[in-house]
Amino acid sequence: MKYERDPERIRRVLGDKVQFIQGDLALTYGGILAGCSFFGGYPITPASEVAEGMARLLPRVKGTFIQMEDEIGSIAAVIGAAWSGAKAMTATSGPGFSLMMENYGYAIMTETPCVIANVQRTGPSTGQPTLGAQGDMMQVRWGSHGDMEALALAPSTVQECIDMTIEAFNLSEKYRHPACVMADGEIGHLREKVVIPDEEEMTLVERVPATIEKEKFIPFTNSQTRDSKVPDFPTFGTGYRTYVTGLTHNKKGFPATDKQKDHEELITRIVTKISDDRERLTSIEEIEMDDAEIAFVTYGASARPAESAVAMARKNGIRAGMLRLKLVWPFPRRAVNELSKKVNTIIVPEMNLGQIVHPIREYSDAGCDVIRASKVGGEMHLPHELYRYLEEKK
Amino acid sequence: MKREIRICGFGGQGVILAGFIIGKAACVFSDYNAVQSQSYGPEARGGAARSEVIISDEKIGYPRPTGVDLFVAMAQEAFDTYRKDIRDDTVVIIEPDLVPKHDIGRRLYKIRAQNIAEELGNRIVTNIAMVGAITGIYDLLSADAVKKAVIDSVPKRFTELNVKAFERGLEAGKNARPE
Repeated sequence: MKYERDPERIRRVLGDKVQFIQGDLALTYGGILAGCSFFGGYPITPASEVAEGMARLLPRVKGTFIQMEDEIGSIAAVIGAAWSGAKAMTATSGPGFSLMMENYGYAIMTETPCVIANVQRTGPSTGQPTLGAQGDMMQVRWGSHGDMEALALAPSTVQECIDMTIEAFNLSEKYRHPACVMADGEIGHLREKVVIPDEEEMTLVERVPATIEKEKFIPFTNSQTRDSKVPDFPTFGTGYRTYVTGLTHNKKGFPATDKQKDHEELITRIVTKISDDRERLTSIEEIEMDDAEIAFVTYGASARPAESAVAMARKNGIRAGMLRLKLVWPFPRRAVNELSKKVNTIIVPEMNLGQIVHPIREYSDAGCDVIRASKVGGEMHLPHELYRYLEEKK
Repeated sequence: MKREIRICGFGGQGVILAGFIIGKAACVFSDYNAVQSQSYGPEARGGAARSEVIISDEKIGYPRPTGVDLFVAMAQEAFDTYRKDIRDDTVVIIEPDLVPKHDIGRRLYKIRAQNIAEELGNRIVTNIAMVGAITGIYDLLSADAVKKAVIDSVPKRFTELNVKAFERGLEAGKNARPE
Protein backbone atom coordinates (compact mmCIF):
# COMPACT_ATOMS: atom_id res chain seq x y z
CA MET A 1 0.00 0.00 0.00
CA LYS A 2 1.35 3.38 -0.93
CA TYR A 3 2.44 5.57 1.98
CA GLU A 4 0.62 8.87 2.13
CA ARG A 5 2.67 11.49 3.93
CA ASP A 6 0.32 13.17 6.37
CA PRO A 7 1.84 16.46 7.61
CA GLU A 8 -0.69 16.90 10.41
CA ARG A 9 -0.16 13.42 11.76
CA ILE A 10 3.62 13.83 11.55
CA ARG A 11 3.51 17.04 13.58
CA ARG A 12 1.19 15.47 16.12
CA VAL A 13 3.52 12.51 16.56
CA LEU A 14 6.69 14.65 16.76
CA GLY A 15 5.08 16.93 19.35
CA ASP A 16 5.97 20.47 20.40
CA LYS A 17 7.55 22.86 17.91
CA VAL A 18 10.39 23.75 20.27
CA GLN A 19 12.13 20.83 21.93
CA PHE A 20 15.35 19.99 23.74
CA ILE A 21 16.51 16.75 22.14
CA GLN A 22 19.55 14.69 21.19
CA GLY A 23 21.12 14.82 17.75
CA ASP A 24 20.22 11.19 17.12
CA LEU A 25 16.53 11.84 17.70
CA ALA A 26 16.79 14.91 15.48
CA LEU A 27 18.03 12.64 12.67
CA THR A 28 14.90 10.56 13.23
CA TYR A 29 12.72 13.68 13.15
CA GLY A 30 14.36 14.89 9.94
CA GLY A 31 13.67 11.58 8.23
CA ILE A 32 10.03 11.48 9.31
CA LEU A 33 9.50 15.12 8.28
CA ALA A 34 11.00 14.38 4.86
CA GLY A 35 8.47 11.61 4.34
CA CYS A 36 10.60 8.59 5.17
CA SER A 37 8.22 5.65 5.37
CA PHE A 38 10.70 2.81 5.75
CA PHE A 39 13.59 2.38 8.15
CA GLY A 40 15.68 -0.77 8.24
CA GLY A 41 18.46 -0.74 10.79
CA TYR A 42 20.63 -2.51 13.29
CA PRO A 43 21.58 -0.91 16.62
CA ILE A 44 25.08 0.42 17.11
CA THR A 45 26.49 2.99 19.51
CA PRO A 46 26.40 6.00 19.13
CA ALA A 47 23.65 5.72 16.48
CA SER A 48 21.21 3.39 18.27
CA GLU A 49 18.89 6.21 19.35
CA VAL A 50 18.11 6.95 15.69
CA ALA A 51 16.67 3.45 15.28
CA GLU A 52 15.00 3.64 18.70
CA GLY A 53 13.29 6.87 17.68
CA MET A 54 12.22 5.36 14.37
CA ALA A 55 10.93 2.20 16.09
CA ARG A 56 8.82 4.35 18.39
CA LEU A 57 7.62 7.02 15.97
CA LEU A 58 7.58 5.62 12.44
CA PRO A 59 4.67 3.18 12.99
CA ARG A 60 2.67 6.07 14.46
CA VAL A 61 2.91 7.95 11.15
CA LYS A 62 2.00 4.70 9.38
CA GLY A 63 5.53 3.94 8.23
CA THR A 64 7.43 0.69 8.64
CA PHE A 65 10.33 -0.03 10.97
CA ILE A 66 12.26 -3.25 10.73
CA GLN A 67 15.27 -4.33 12.73
CA MET A 68 17.39 -6.37 10.38
CA GLU A 69 19.92 -9.08 11.22
CA ASP A 70 22.86 -6.79 10.54
CA GLU A 71 23.92 -3.70 8.63
CA ILE A 72 24.29 -5.53 5.32
CA GLY A 73 20.68 -6.63 5.56
CA SER A 74 19.64 -3.16 6.73
CA ILE A 75 20.82 -1.32 3.66
CA ALA A 76 19.62 -4.13 1.40
CA ALA A 77 16.12 -3.76 2.88
CA VAL A 78 16.33 0.01 2.42
CA ILE A 79 17.26 -0.38 -1.25
CA GLY A 80 14.36 -2.79 -1.80
CA ALA A 81 11.95 -0.42 -0.07
CA ALA A 82 13.15 2.46 -2.24
CA TRP A 83 12.41 0.46 -5.39
CA SER A 84 8.90 -0.12 -4.12
CA GLY A 85 8.50 3.66 -4.03
CA ALA A 86 9.33 4.45 -0.40
CA LYS A 87 11.61 7.13 0.89
CA ALA A 88 13.86 4.85 2.90
CA MET A 89 16.58 5.34 5.48
CA THR A 90 19.00 3.54 7.73
CA ALA A 91 21.39 4.72 10.45
CA THR A 92 24.67 3.35 11.65
CA SER A 93 28.19 4.11 12.83
CA GLY A 94 31.68 3.26 11.58
CA PRO A 95 31.70 -0.55 11.79
CA GLY A 96 28.20 -0.78 10.36
CA PHE A 97 29.06 1.71 7.64
CA SER A 98 32.00 -0.51 6.68
CA LEU A 99 29.61 -3.45 6.36
CA MET A 100 27.29 -1.36 4.20
CA MET A 101 29.94 -0.46 1.65
CA GLU A 102 29.12 -3.29 -0.77
CA ASN A 103 25.44 -2.39 -0.99
CA TYR A 104 26.21 1.34 -0.85
CA GLY A 105 27.94 0.77 -4.17
CA TYR A 106 24.95 -1.28 -5.32
CA ALA A 107 22.65 1.67 -4.53
CA ILE A 108 24.93 3.97 -6.51
CA MET A 109 25.13 1.57 -9.46
CA THR A 110 21.38 0.94 -9.52
CA GLU A 111 20.63 4.64 -8.94
CA THR A 112 18.55 3.99 -5.85
CA PRO A 113 17.54 6.98 -3.73
CA CYS A 114 18.06 6.34 0.00
CA VAL A 115 19.53 8.02 3.06
CA ILE A 116 22.18 6.75 5.45
CA ALA A 117 22.70 8.59 8.73
CA ASN A 118 26.17 7.84 10.03
CA VAL A 119 26.76 8.88 13.64
CA GLN A 120 30.49 8.51 13.36
CA ARG A 121 32.94 7.04 15.82
CA THR A 122 36.50 5.97 15.33
CA GLY A 123 38.28 2.79 14.30
CA PRO A 124 39.73 0.83 12.71
CA SER A 125 37.41 -1.98 13.72
CA THR A 126 35.42 -1.60 16.94
CA GLY A 127 37.47 1.37 18.13
CA GLN A 128 35.83 3.55 20.79
CA PRO A 129 32.11 2.71 20.58
CA THR A 130 30.74 5.35 22.93
CA LEU A 131 32.85 8.28 21.77
CA GLY A 132 32.58 10.54 18.77
CA ALA A 133 35.00 10.92 15.89
CA GLN A 134 34.99 11.80 12.21
CA GLY A 135 36.14 8.40 11.07
CA ASP A 136 34.27 7.94 7.81
CA MET A 137 34.66 11.15 5.87
CA MET A 138 36.78 9.39 3.26
CA GLN A 139 34.96 6.07 3.48
CA VAL A 140 31.75 7.79 2.40
CA ARG A 141 33.60 9.06 -0.68
CA TRP A 142 35.83 6.12 -1.56
CA GLY A 143 34.67 3.19 0.58
CA SER A 144 33.01 1.17 -2.14
CA HIS A 145 34.91 -0.07 -5.17
CA GLY A 146 34.88 1.56 -8.57
CA ASP A 147 34.20 5.10 -9.73
CA MET A 148 31.54 7.09 -7.96
CA GLU A 149 30.50 10.40 -6.54
CA ALA A 150 29.14 10.93 -3.04
CA LEU A 151 26.51 13.11 -1.44
CA ALA A 152 27.46 13.83 2.17
CA LEU A 153 26.31 16.47 4.62
CA ALA A 154 27.89 17.12 8.02
CA PRO A 155 25.72 18.62 10.79
CA SER A 156 27.34 20.83 13.45
CA THR A 157 24.24 21.33 15.57
CA VAL A 158 21.24 19.28 16.64
CA GLN A 159 19.00 21.54 14.55
CA GLU A 160 21.10 20.68 11.52
CA CYS A 161 20.51 16.99 12.21
CA ILE A 162 16.87 17.69 11.34
CA ASP A 163 17.52 20.11 8.49
CA MET A 164 20.28 18.10 6.85
CA THR A 165 18.35 14.83 6.97
CA ILE A 166 15.55 16.55 5.08
CA GLU A 167 18.17 17.92 2.67
CA ALA A 168 19.74 14.47 2.30
CA PHE A 169 16.38 13.04 1.24
CA ASN A 170 15.97 15.88 -1.24
CA LEU A 171 19.41 15.32 -2.78
CA SER A 172 18.90 11.58 -2.82
CA GLU A 173 15.54 11.84 -4.56
CA LYS A 174 16.79 14.43 -7.02
CA TYR A 175 19.89 12.52 -8.09
CA ARG A 176 18.70 8.95 -7.43
CA HIS A 177 21.81 8.39 -5.36
CA PRO A 178 22.35 7.44 -1.70
CA ALA A 179 22.87 10.54 0.44
CA CYS A 180 24.67 10.40 3.78
CA VAL A 181 24.26 12.54 6.87
CA MET A 182 27.70 12.38 8.45
CA ALA A 183 26.94 13.22 12.07
CA ASP A 184 29.26 12.09 14.87
CA GLY A 185 29.00 10.81 18.43
CA GLU A 186 29.41 14.31 19.87
CA ILE A 187 26.50 15.85 17.99
CA GLY A 188 24.48 12.62 18.03
CA HIS A 189 24.43 12.50 21.82
CA LEU A 190 24.34 16.26 22.46
CA ARG A 191 21.04 17.73 23.56
CA GLU A 192 20.19 21.12 22.16
CA LYS A 193 17.22 23.26 21.29
CA VAL A 194 15.47 22.47 18.02
CA VAL A 195 12.64 24.19 16.24
CA ILE A 196 10.62 21.77 14.13
CA PRO A 197 9.98 23.40 10.76
CA ASP A 198 6.38 24.00 9.72
CA GLU A 199 5.19 22.52 6.47
CA GLU A 200 5.60 25.81 4.58
CA GLU A 201 9.16 26.21 5.92
CA MET A 202 10.30 22.98 4.25
CA THR A 203 11.06 22.18 0.65
CA LEU A 204 10.56 18.52 -0.14
CA VAL A 205 11.83 16.96 -3.34
CA GLU A 206 10.25 13.81 -4.75
CA ARG A 207 11.81 11.50 -7.31
CA VAL A 208 10.43 11.97 -10.81
CA PRO A 209 8.35 8.92 -11.70
CA ALA A 210 8.38 7.30 -15.13
CA THR A 211 5.41 8.62 -17.09
CA ILE A 212 6.36 8.03 -20.70
CA GLU A 213 4.47 5.39 -22.71
CA LYS A 214 5.51 2.06 -21.22
CA GLU A 215 6.77 0.63 -24.51
CA LYS A 216 9.12 3.57 -25.02
CA PHE A 217 10.57 3.55 -21.50
CA ILE A 218 14.35 3.18 -21.19
CA PRO A 219 15.29 2.78 -17.52
CA PHE A 220 19.01 3.68 -17.36
CA THR A 221 19.59 6.71 -19.51
CA ASN A 222 19.03 10.45 -19.36
CA SER A 223 15.52 11.38 -18.31
CA GLN A 224 13.07 10.89 -21.17
CA THR A 225 10.86 13.73 -19.93
CA ARG A 226 13.30 16.40 -18.70
CA ASP A 227 16.75 17.78 -19.45
CA SER A 228 18.53 15.68 -16.83
CA LYS A 229 21.06 12.89 -16.56
CA VAL A 230 18.89 11.35 -13.86
CA PRO A 231 16.50 8.76 -15.31
CA ASP A 232 12.81 8.82 -14.38
CA PHE A 233 12.02 6.28 -11.70
CA PRO A 234 10.09 3.11 -12.61
CA THR A 235 8.63 2.17 -9.23
CA PHE A 236 8.14 -1.57 -8.92
CA GLY A 237 4.55 -2.50 -9.55
CA THR A 238 3.76 0.40 -11.85
CA GLY A 239 4.20 -1.72 -14.97
CA TYR A 240 7.44 -0.21 -16.24
CA ARG A 241 9.76 -3.06 -17.17
CA THR A 242 13.09 -2.72 -15.46
CA TYR A 243 15.95 -5.03 -14.80
CA VAL A 244 17.95 -3.91 -11.76
CA THR A 245 21.50 -5.18 -11.43
CA GLY A 246 24.79 -4.19 -9.88
CA LEU A 247 26.54 -5.49 -12.98
CA THR A 248 27.50 -2.97 -15.62
CA HIS A 249 24.28 -2.58 -17.57
CA ASN A 250 23.20 -1.02 -20.80
CA LYS A 251 20.49 1.62 -21.06
CA LYS A 252 17.81 -1.05 -20.88
CA GLY A 253 19.29 -2.31 -17.63
CA PHE A 254 20.58 -5.61 -18.97
CA PRO A 255 24.07 -6.83 -18.11
CA ALA A 256 26.72 -5.59 -20.50
CA THR A 257 29.74 -6.63 -18.51
CA ASP A 258 32.14 -7.00 -21.43
CA LYS A 259 31.15 -3.80 -23.20
CA GLN A 260 33.69 -1.01 -22.67
CA LYS A 261 31.46 1.65 -24.20
CA ASP A 262 28.40 0.72 -22.14
CA HIS A 263 30.43 0.82 -18.94
CA GLU A 264 32.04 4.14 -19.80
CA GLU A 265 28.72 5.69 -20.71
CA LEU A 266 26.96 4.40 -17.59
CA ILE A 267 29.66 5.36 -15.10
CA THR A 268 30.27 8.74 -16.69
CA ARG A 269 26.57 9.50 -16.42
CA ILE A 270 26.14 8.39 -12.79
CA VAL A 271 29.24 10.35 -11.75
CA THR A 272 28.61 13.52 -13.74
CA LYS A 273 24.92 13.72 -12.86
CA ILE A 274 26.28 14.90 -9.50
CA SER A 275 29.66 16.45 -10.30
CA ASP A 276 28.13 18.68 -13.03
CA ASP A 277 26.18 20.36 -10.24
CA ARG A 278 29.13 20.70 -7.85
CA GLU A 279 29.11 24.50 -7.66
CA ARG A 280 25.34 24.74 -7.53
CA LEU A 281 25.27 22.26 -4.64
CA THR A 282 28.04 23.97 -2.66
CA SER A 283 26.74 24.75 0.81
CA ILE A 284 29.09 26.62 3.13
CA GLU A 285 28.99 28.96 6.08
CA GLU A 286 31.52 31.76 6.46
CA ILE A 287 32.34 33.27 9.85
CA GLU A 288 34.48 36.40 10.25
CA MET A 289 35.87 35.93 6.75
CA ASP A 290 35.73 39.53 5.47
CA ASP A 291 39.26 40.53 6.48
CA ALA A 292 40.58 37.13 7.58
CA GLU A 293 44.25 36.30 7.00
CA ILE A 294 44.09 32.87 8.55
CA ALA A 295 41.13 30.50 8.49
CA PHE A 296 39.83 27.20 9.71
CA VAL A 297 38.10 24.96 7.24
CA THR A 298 35.77 22.78 9.27
CA TYR A 299 32.74 20.52 9.17
CA GLY A 300 30.58 18.73 11.73
CA ALA A 301 31.34 18.86 15.44
CA SER A 302 34.83 20.33 15.07
CA ALA A 303 33.34 23.53 13.68
CA ARG A 304 32.16 24.37 17.19
CA PRO A 305 35.47 24.65 19.07
CA ALA A 306 36.90 26.27 15.94
CA GLU A 307 34.24 28.96 16.03
CA SER A 308 35.01 29.55 19.72
CA ALA A 309 38.72 29.81 18.84
CA VAL A 310 37.95 32.38 16.13
CA ALA A 311 36.06 34.47 18.70
CA MET A 312 39.07 34.28 21.09
CA ALA A 313 41.40 35.29 18.26
CA ARG A 314 39.28 38.26 17.25
CA LYS A 315 39.32 39.51 20.86
CA ASN A 316 43.10 39.39 20.71
CA GLY A 317 43.38 41.17 17.39
CA ILE A 318 44.12 38.11 15.24
CA ARG A 319 42.32 38.30 11.92
CA ALA A 320 40.98 34.76 11.92
CA GLY A 321 37.92 33.34 10.20
CA MET A 322 36.22 30.07 9.45
CA LEU A 323 34.76 28.36 6.43
CA ARG A 324 32.42 25.53 7.37
CA LEU A 325 31.51 22.87 4.85
CA LYS A 326 27.88 21.90 5.31
CA LEU A 327 27.95 19.67 2.25
CA VAL A 328 31.35 17.97 2.25
CA TRP A 329 30.82 15.81 -0.84
CA PRO A 330 30.73 16.67 -3.68
CA PHE A 331 33.71 18.71 -2.55
CA PRO A 332 33.31 22.50 -2.93
CA ARG A 333 36.45 22.98 -5.01
CA ARG A 334 35.86 26.57 -6.01
CA ALA A 335 34.98 27.84 -2.52
CA VAL A 336 38.11 26.26 -1.06
CA ASN A 337 40.28 27.51 -3.89
CA GLU A 338 38.98 31.06 -3.51
CA LEU A 339 39.60 30.91 0.21
CA SER A 340 43.17 29.75 -0.32
CA LYS A 341 43.87 32.79 -2.47
CA LYS A 342 42.58 35.08 0.24
CA VAL A 343 44.30 33.75 3.37
CA ASN A 344 47.90 32.79 4.10
CA THR A 345 47.10 29.73 6.15
CA ILE A 346 44.29 27.23 6.30
CA ILE A 347 43.98 25.06 9.43
CA VAL A 348 41.87 21.92 9.25
CA PRO A 349 40.67 20.60 12.61
CA GLU A 350 39.42 17.05 12.34
CA MET A 351 38.63 14.28 14.79
CA ASN A 352 40.80 11.89 12.77
CA LEU A 353 44.42 11.89 11.64
CA GLY A 354 43.62 13.87 8.50
CA GLN A 355 40.92 13.13 5.95
CA ILE A 356 39.24 16.23 4.48
CA VAL A 357 42.57 18.08 4.79
CA HIS A 358 43.61 16.17 1.66
CA PRO A 359 41.05 17.55 -0.82
CA ILE A 360 41.55 20.95 0.82
CA ARG A 361 45.26 20.71 -0.03
CA GLU A 362 44.46 19.42 -3.50
CA TYR A 363 42.27 22.40 -4.36
CA SER A 364 44.20 25.10 -2.51
CA ASP A 365 46.45 27.62 -4.16
CA ALA A 366 50.14 26.72 -3.92
CA GLY A 367 50.86 29.90 -1.93
CA CYS A 368 48.58 28.93 0.93
CA ASP A 369 49.82 26.78 3.78
CA VAL A 370 47.34 24.01 4.64
CA ILE A 371 47.85 22.57 8.11
CA ARG A 372 46.30 19.53 9.71
CA ALA A 373 45.00 19.98 13.29
CA SER A 374 44.04 16.46 14.24
CA LYS A 375 42.69 15.21 17.52
CA VAL A 376 41.86 11.56 18.05
CA GLY A 377 40.79 9.49 21.05
CA GLY A 378 37.16 10.46 21.36
CA GLU A 379 37.45 14.04 22.58
CA MET A 380 36.68 17.21 20.70
CA HIS A 381 39.34 19.85 20.27
CA LEU A 382 39.31 22.37 23.07
CA PRO A 383 38.85 25.97 21.89
CA HIS A 384 42.22 27.01 23.34
CA GLU A 385 43.97 24.11 21.60
CA LEU A 386 42.73 25.44 18.28
CA TYR A 387 43.44 29.02 19.31
CA ARG A 388 47.11 28.06 19.73
CA TYR A 389 47.29 27.18 16.04
CA LEU A 390 46.02 30.65 15.17
CA GLU A 391 48.52 32.30 17.47
CA GLU A 392 51.44 30.33 16.05
CA LYS A 393 50.53 30.86 12.42
CA LYS A 394 49.12 34.41 12.42
CA MET B 1 26.01 35.56 30.18
CA LYS B 2 27.23 32.01 30.11
CA ARG B 3 26.98 29.45 32.90
CA GLU B 4 28.53 26.01 32.96
CA ILE B 5 26.95 23.43 35.22
CA ARG B 6 28.07 19.93 36.15
CA ILE B 7 25.84 17.50 38.01
CA CYS B 8 27.51 14.24 38.98
CA GLY B 9 26.53 11.12 40.84
CA PHE B 10 26.42 7.40 40.26
CA GLY B 11 24.84 5.73 37.26
CA GLY B 12 21.10 5.17 37.67
CA GLN B 13 20.61 8.08 40.08
CA GLY B 14 19.15 10.33 37.42
CA VAL B 15 21.87 12.96 37.10
CA ILE B 16 21.47 12.95 33.34
CA LEU B 17 17.74 13.58 33.66
CA ALA B 18 18.52 16.37 36.15
CA GLY B 19 20.80 18.08 33.60
CA PHE B 20 18.29 17.48 30.85
CA ILE B 21 15.53 19.18 32.88
CA ILE B 22 17.70 22.22 33.58
CA GLY B 23 18.66 22.49 29.90
CA LYS B 24 15.05 22.16 28.83
CA ALA B 25 13.96 24.77 31.38
CA ALA B 26 16.57 27.13 29.93
CA CYS B 27 15.80 26.79 26.25
CA VAL B 28 12.21 25.60 26.00
CA PHE B 29 10.64 27.33 29.02
CA SER B 30 12.99 30.35 29.19
CA ASP B 31 14.68 32.37 26.52
CA TYR B 32 18.23 30.99 26.68
CA ASN B 33 20.31 28.68 24.56
CA ALA B 34 21.41 25.49 26.24
CA VAL B 35 23.33 22.33 25.48
CA GLN B 36 23.54 19.21 27.59
CA SER B 37 26.11 16.48 27.26
CA GLN B 38 26.91 13.51 29.41
CA SER B 39 29.33 10.79 30.13
CA TYR B 40 28.81 7.54 31.91
CA GLY B 41 30.26 4.07 32.11
CA PRO B 42 28.84 0.96 30.49
CA GLU B 43 27.09 -0.09 33.73
CA ALA B 44 23.29 0.19 34.00
CA ARG B 45 23.75 1.23 37.63
CA GLY B 46 26.83 2.36 39.50
CA GLY B 47 30.00 4.00 38.27
CA ALA B 48 30.51 7.74 38.18
CA ALA B 49 28.09 9.55 35.85
CA ARG B 50 28.03 13.19 34.96
CA SER B 51 25.71 15.49 33.14
CA GLU B 52 26.88 18.86 31.92
CA VAL B 53 24.80 21.82 30.92
CA ILE B 54 25.83 25.11 29.38
CA ILE B 55 23.30 27.93 29.47
CA SER B 56 23.93 31.12 27.56
CA ASP B 57 22.13 34.07 26.07
CA GLU B 58 24.41 33.79 23.06
CA LYS B 59 25.13 31.07 20.51
CA ILE B 60 27.00 28.18 22.14
CA GLY B 61 30.10 27.14 20.21
CA TYR B 62 32.17 24.52 21.99
CA PRO B 63 29.46 22.42 23.65
CA ARG B 64 31.39 21.04 26.64
CA PRO B 65 32.19 23.05 29.78
CA THR B 66 35.66 24.59 29.95
CA GLY B 67 35.15 25.52 33.61
CA VAL B 68 32.48 24.86 36.20
CA ASP B 69 30.31 27.68 37.59
CA LEU B 70 28.00 25.32 39.44
CA PHE B 71 29.11 21.93 40.71
CA VAL B 72 26.58 19.46 42.10
CA ALA B 73 27.62 16.09 43.54
CA MET B 74 25.29 13.30 44.62
CA ALA B 75 27.84 10.50 45.16
CA GLN B 76 31.21 10.26 46.88
CA GLU B 77 32.99 8.62 43.93
CA ALA B 78 31.79 11.29 41.54
CA PHE B 79 32.72 14.07 43.99
CA ASP B 80 36.23 12.64 44.37
CA THR B 81 36.63 12.19 40.62
CA TYR B 82 35.46 15.63 39.54
CA ARG B 83 36.25 17.96 42.49
CA LYS B 84 39.52 18.94 40.82
CA ASP B 85 37.51 21.20 38.50
CA ILE B 86 36.07 23.27 41.36
CA ARG B 87 37.36 26.86 41.24
CA ASP B 88 37.33 29.43 44.05
CA ASP B 89 34.21 31.04 42.66
CA THR B 90 32.38 27.80 41.81
CA VAL B 91 29.08 27.33 43.61
CA VAL B 92 29.20 23.83 45.12
CA ILE B 93 26.14 21.84 46.18
CA ILE B 94 26.41 18.38 47.67
CA GLU B 95 24.13 15.72 49.10
CA PRO B 96 25.90 15.31 52.50
CA ASP B 97 24.50 11.82 53.18
CA LEU B 98 25.83 10.58 49.82
CA VAL B 99 29.03 12.63 49.91
CA PRO B 100 30.07 12.25 53.56
CA LYS B 101 33.73 13.15 52.89
CA HIS B 102 33.33 16.68 51.62
CA ASP B 103 35.70 18.68 53.80
CA ILE B 104 37.75 20.44 51.14
CA GLY B 105 38.49 23.59 53.07
CA ARG B 106 35.77 25.73 51.56
CA ARG B 107 32.14 26.50 52.11
CA LEU B 108 29.50 24.59 50.25
CA TYR B 109 25.76 24.11 50.16
CA LYS B 110 24.50 20.90 51.72
CA ILE B 111 21.13 19.65 50.54
CA ARG B 112 19.74 16.41 51.94
CA ALA B 113 17.92 15.61 48.72
CA GLN B 114 17.76 11.88 49.39
CA ASN B 115 16.15 12.55 52.75
CA ILE B 116 13.53 14.77 51.08
CA ALA B 117 12.80 11.99 48.60
CA GLU B 118 12.56 9.38 51.36
CA GLU B 119 10.11 11.55 53.27
CA LEU B 120 7.98 11.62 50.14
CA GLY B 121 8.14 7.84 50.09
CA ASN B 122 10.40 7.21 47.11
CA ARG B 123 14.14 7.62 46.88
CA ILE B 124 13.84 7.71 43.09
CA VAL B 125 13.02 11.44 43.13
CA THR B 126 16.28 12.41 44.86
CA ASN B 127 17.47 13.92 41.58
CA ILE B 128 14.34 16.05 41.20
CA ALA B 129 14.64 17.31 44.78
CA MET B 130 18.18 18.32 43.88
CA VAL B 131 16.92 20.09 40.74
CA GLY B 132 14.61 22.07 43.04
CA ALA B 133 17.48 22.92 45.36
CA ILE B 134 19.66 24.04 42.44
CA THR B 135 16.83 26.32 41.29
CA GLY B 136 16.52 27.82 44.77
CA ILE B 137 20.24 28.32 45.31
CA TYR B 138 21.49 29.30 41.91
CA ASP B 139 19.81 32.45 40.70
CA LEU B 140 19.49 31.76 36.99
CA LEU B 141 16.25 30.09 35.99
CA SER B 142 12.77 30.84 37.32
CA ALA B 143 11.15 28.21 39.52
CA ASP B 144 8.18 28.27 37.17
CA ALA B 145 10.29 27.40 34.11
CA VAL B 146 12.08 24.55 35.88
CA LYS B 147 8.83 23.18 37.29
CA LYS B 148 7.35 23.12 33.78
CA ALA B 149 10.42 21.27 32.54
CA VAL B 150 10.06 18.72 35.38
CA ILE B 151 6.41 18.09 34.50
CA ASP B 152 7.32 17.81 30.81
CA SER B 153 10.11 15.29 31.45
CA VAL B 154 8.77 12.73 33.92
CA PRO B 155 6.20 9.94 33.37
CA LYS B 156 2.66 11.30 33.73
CA ARG B 157 1.70 8.92 36.53
CA PHE B 158 4.56 10.28 38.65
CA THR B 159 3.95 13.97 38.03
CA GLU B 160 2.60 14.68 41.49
CA LEU B 161 5.45 12.95 43.30
CA ASN B 162 8.04 14.74 41.17
CA VAL B 163 6.42 18.14 41.59
CA LYS B 164 6.37 17.63 45.36
CA ALA B 165 10.04 16.64 45.33
CA PHE B 166 10.85 19.69 43.22
CA GLU B 167 8.98 22.04 45.53
CA ARG B 168 10.50 20.59 48.70
CA GLY B 169 13.94 20.84 47.12
CA LEU B 170 13.26 24.40 46.01
CA GLU B 171 12.30 25.38 49.54
CA ALA B 172 15.42 23.73 50.96
CA GLY B 173 17.51 25.53 48.37
CA LYS B 174 16.04 28.94 49.12
CA ASN B 175 16.74 28.50 52.83
CA ALA B 176 20.21 27.03 52.40
CA ARG B 177 23.35 28.95 53.30
CA PRO B 178 26.86 27.81 52.48
CA GLU B 179 28.49 26.11 55.47
